[in-house]
Amino acid sequence: MRPILMKGHERPLTFLKYNREGDLLFSCAKDHTPTVWFADNGERLGTYKGHNGAVWCCDVSRDSTRLITGSADQTVKLWNVQTGVQLYSFNFDSPARAVDFSVGDKLAVITTDPFMGLPSTIQVKRIARDPSQQTGESVLTIKGPHGRINRAVWGPLNKTIISAGEDAVIRIWDSETGQLLKKSDKETGHQKPITSLSKSASGSHFLSGSLDKSAKLWDARTLTLIKAYVTERPVNACAISPLLDHVVIGGGQDASHVTTTDRRAGKFEAKFFHKILQEEIGGVKGHFGPINALAFNPDGRSFASGGEDGYVRLHHFDPDYFNIKM
Amino acid sequence: MAEVVSMADIEATAQRHGIDLSSVDLDSIRLPPGEDFGIKSDDDEDLHQEDPLEFEAGFGNIIVVDNLPVVPPEKFEKLEGVIRKIYSQIGVIREGGLWMPVNPETRKTLGYCFIEYSTPQEAELAREKTNGYKLDKSHIFAVNLFDDFEKYMNIPDEWTPAEIKPYTPGENLQQWLTDEKARDQFVIRAGTFTEVFWNDPRQLMPDLVYRRQYWTESFVQWSPLGTYLATVHRQGAAVWGGATTFNRLMRFAHPQVKLIDFSPGEKYLVTYSSHEPSNPRDTHRVILNIFDVRTGKVMRDFKGNADEFTTGGSGGVSGVSWPIFRWAGGREDKYFARIGKNVISVYETETFTLIDKKSLKVENVVDFNWSPTDPIIALFVPELGGGNQPARVSLVQIPGKEELRQKNLFSVSDCKMYWQSNGEYLAVKVDRYTKTKKSTYTGFELFRIKERDIPIEVLELDNKNDKIVAFAWEPKGHRFAVIHGDSPRPDISFYSVRTAHHTGRVSKLATLKGKQANALYWSPAGRFIVLAGLKGFNGQLEFYNVDELETMATGEHFMATDIEWDPTGRYVATSVTSVHEMENGFHIWSFNGKLLYRIPKDHFYQFLWRPRPPSLLSAEKEDEIAKNLKKYSKKYEAEDQDVSLQLSEQDRKKRKMLQEEWDAWVSKWKQLHEEERELRVQLRDGEASDGEEEYEAKEVEVEEVLEVQEEVVAFDLD
Repeated sequence: MRPILMKGHERPLTFLKYNREGDLLFSCAKDHTPTVWFADNGERLGTYKGHNGAVWCCDVSRDSTRLITGSADQTVKLWNVQTGVQLYSFNFDSPARAVDFSVGDKLAVITTDPFMGLPSTIQVKRIARDPSQQTGESVLTIKGPHGRINRAVWGPLNKTIISAGEDAVIRIWDSETGQLLKKSDKETGHQKPITSLSKSASGSHFLSGSLDKSAKLWDARTLTLIKAYVTERPVNACAISPLLDHVVIGGGQDASHVTTTDRRAGKFEAKFFHKILQEEIGGVKGHFGPINALAFNPDGRSFASGGEDGYVRLHHFDPDYFNIKM
Repeated sequence: MAEVVSMADIEATAQRHGIDLSSVDLDSIRLPPGEDFGIKSDDDEDLHQEDPLEFEAGFGNIIVVDNLPVVPPEKFEKLEGVIRKIYSQIGVIREGGLWMPVNPETRKTLGYCFIEYSTPQEAELAREKTNGYKLDKSHIFAVNLFDDFEKYMNIPDEWTPAEIKPYTPGENLQQWLTDEKARDQFVIRAGTFTEVFWNDPRQLMPDLVYRRQYWTESFVQWSPLGTYLATVHRQGAAVWGGATTFNRLMRFAHPQVKLIDFSPGEKYLVTYSSHEPSNPRDTHRVILNIFDVRTGKVMRDFKGNADEFTTGGSGGVSGVSWPIFRWAGGREDKYFARIGKNVISVYETETFTLIDKKSLKVENVVDFNWSPTDPIIALFVPELGGGNQPARVSLVQIPGKEELRQKNLFSVSDCKMYWQSNGEYLAVKVDRYTKTKKSTYTGFELFRIKERDIPIEVLELDNKNDKIVAFAWEPKGHRFAVIHGDSPRPDISFYSVRTAHHTGRVSKLATLKGKQANALYWSPAGRFIVLAGLKGFNGQLEFYNVDELETMATGEHFMATDIEWDPTGRYVATSVTSVHEMENGFHIWSFNGKLLYRIPKDHFYQFLWRPRPPSLLSAEKEDEIAKNLKKYSKKYEAEDQDVSLQLSEQDRKKRKMLQEEWDAWVSKWKQLHEEERELRVQLRDGEASDGEEEYEAKEVEVEEVLEVQEEVVAFDLD
């Protein structure tokens, strides 16, 4: 498995997203330009210029026409995927963190960071079919959790919103009323800030990665803990294979804590675990900084990782990978 | 404790439950005093024991001196003067603190007096010093503390036989040695927890024996034979043990104890604390106590300035070199010694006093070591007078204090002594100056203790200038290993002092060139050695068989800081302790270098194998077992096989169960998902295809007009 190194960002990567067909890969980084790549050969297709701060997260609509990006410049922008034209900009009073389109792409959930005394929020915006009719008003605003909300995604049938962040608690909210429906408890939940949430292809379960060096698999409806995967490093990113019963977890020692020059010390590996048996399958090395973003191609035959080192590494699996017997 | 509940709350609650408060007789539900219904409150008792309230008695600094001469009034002043003279030497007598009562009828003294000192310590000292003081033939002072009088008065006149408590057999403190699977135990300290585990290599994981949070305040330590686990607290040390769990067996009060040390036969425990003076000009005070481990009694205490306890060369500013008291080898715990200025003080444990009431005088001695088995001291005296008086290593027999052997050494810069574990050999590493005195080179002096006249042999390395990085004797054996040469890649050589051809001579067995190693760890059973590259080498490990002179395996435990063989020499534990921020935890390896299991633990402080007492089998019996190993091992191999079969069976079952569980969950989900299908399609404005369906790839040709340019092309009509 020879990875394709994609050097298009000048700052650490923050997020990776494939479109539904798996032919495009969108990358966000702390530089200000989200980038789209051909997912097959790693060729750069174009960039989306307009943000004025680190871009934390993005999502692409089902028909691959709209891209939504959340940035530290206190805006969330809608883009035309094909032309790179900015269609709309939602303005906030604090940096935006997570964005996610709902099923049907008619709604988007956006989280904003606590900033200058403002608490963090989860906001739902209506996404108009025709960009000229797009408005900035929120359908719903949820406040409550302390600290940053690092991820918010839609639950089944858009009925719920699942959020997780610095307070290490996963919460499920009613997307109509904003009521808190469920939250993870102390025993089964994470001990340290949650850095990533990743839904399975079917949306039935999701994986949470945390700085407590573990990733946990949850039922998206009941928020029951199904599995836990323990590693030796803080987890920054995780993803579920849509094809095999595998999950991939990435992370590494926080850059500020890496004291030795030895690359092994940081454990900047993407680790594969068997989803059901919770056993480690193997690891993919390569990054020379912590892994910040991971995404599986929807066909499950390749995956991409983005690191603090500014590289996106695109891995197409060898045939052996599909014959791994546990 | 229960929260404070206001009366209003109680009334409200009562009302809710429909209880008329006035009809409740509180006394009827209160426990009668002294009755606890057999429920003992642990913490109450603990509190009671740990903080005995000390009341200020007030008379602690008063002594009573009896057996004074009875004198008439004219001699009163003279006698008072004599007494004052005697007692003011010892301490400060308070103003008006000397009172000699007088019989009001005869106006003679009554033959006793009271003296009040300013501190109880002085009073105590005065009692010690002057009790039995002979003023003249018929007047021998009987001095007591005033407080003691009361104590003695309270003793009943009639003798009652002491109550003999019925004998209750104690627990078998060595139960762990009878483990059916012959496993070993270890203790680890990580975070706030201290845990004792069985090492279970068959299951490839540790098996918890006992776990306790905040068990110790600084560290834990096994006794040398493994019977006790010692914990260290602010108030003192404690030892724990028991058949199946760990109970507190004894407490040793020693405020602010810093360091502890067991005698090799674990009869005694030495505790140490140093107290910073409140006045910075004063010196540090050091307190040492020697306890009997089983009775908890203080056998002897030592107090003094820190300087007195720091040895000549090695101590210095940083403090004492621990252990201060070094115990003679063997399980009898007969002698212990410490080094002082120009002396080595050897004590014996029968009376806890110096042997022959005086220390061993050795001018300028800087270091000494006991033989691990015999009462022999090896000591080192450096060069004096700019080389006029040579340096010297000598062996001294205790208790006779006769010198068994002595060797003078010239142009020596430093010496280190290494005893072989059976006390058969002593290697002295001697660093000598070269002629220019600018650099040093190293040689070894090998003493054969058990042979007649203790022959000495000089060993120099092939390359004399090699720096010695590490030296280690094979436990119970006749070989030693040396790491020499310059770091990054030093060489490792193995020598034997007793090969088949040369019984009386040291000979080299092999040299391994260019190894990434800086530490040597022999198996306690000998024969195998781990050549470890710690610190700068990031935890390189090489498992080496010295019998065959071949490497069995190499491995790496990244960043490893500590390596310890289990007491049987079957397993090796490598650990990364919290000196590093990352990678904390430990690995267990087999003796031949197979990694058995890894346990990561954050904030990992200590890993200690539980020591085992020496084998009860005689050497012949051990040889016989080694010869018939096949016969004995059959049983264990069969057991191993069973366990591994069982394990794989268990594993298979577990996997099957997990898979089934998962499948059940997925099918349930699928059903729900199917039910919601309609709704989902609606949400997508009727787009039928669901996420998980196949999609069709269409080739779409898009033509884009990039530029339109009109050009006038000139042509001739001809």
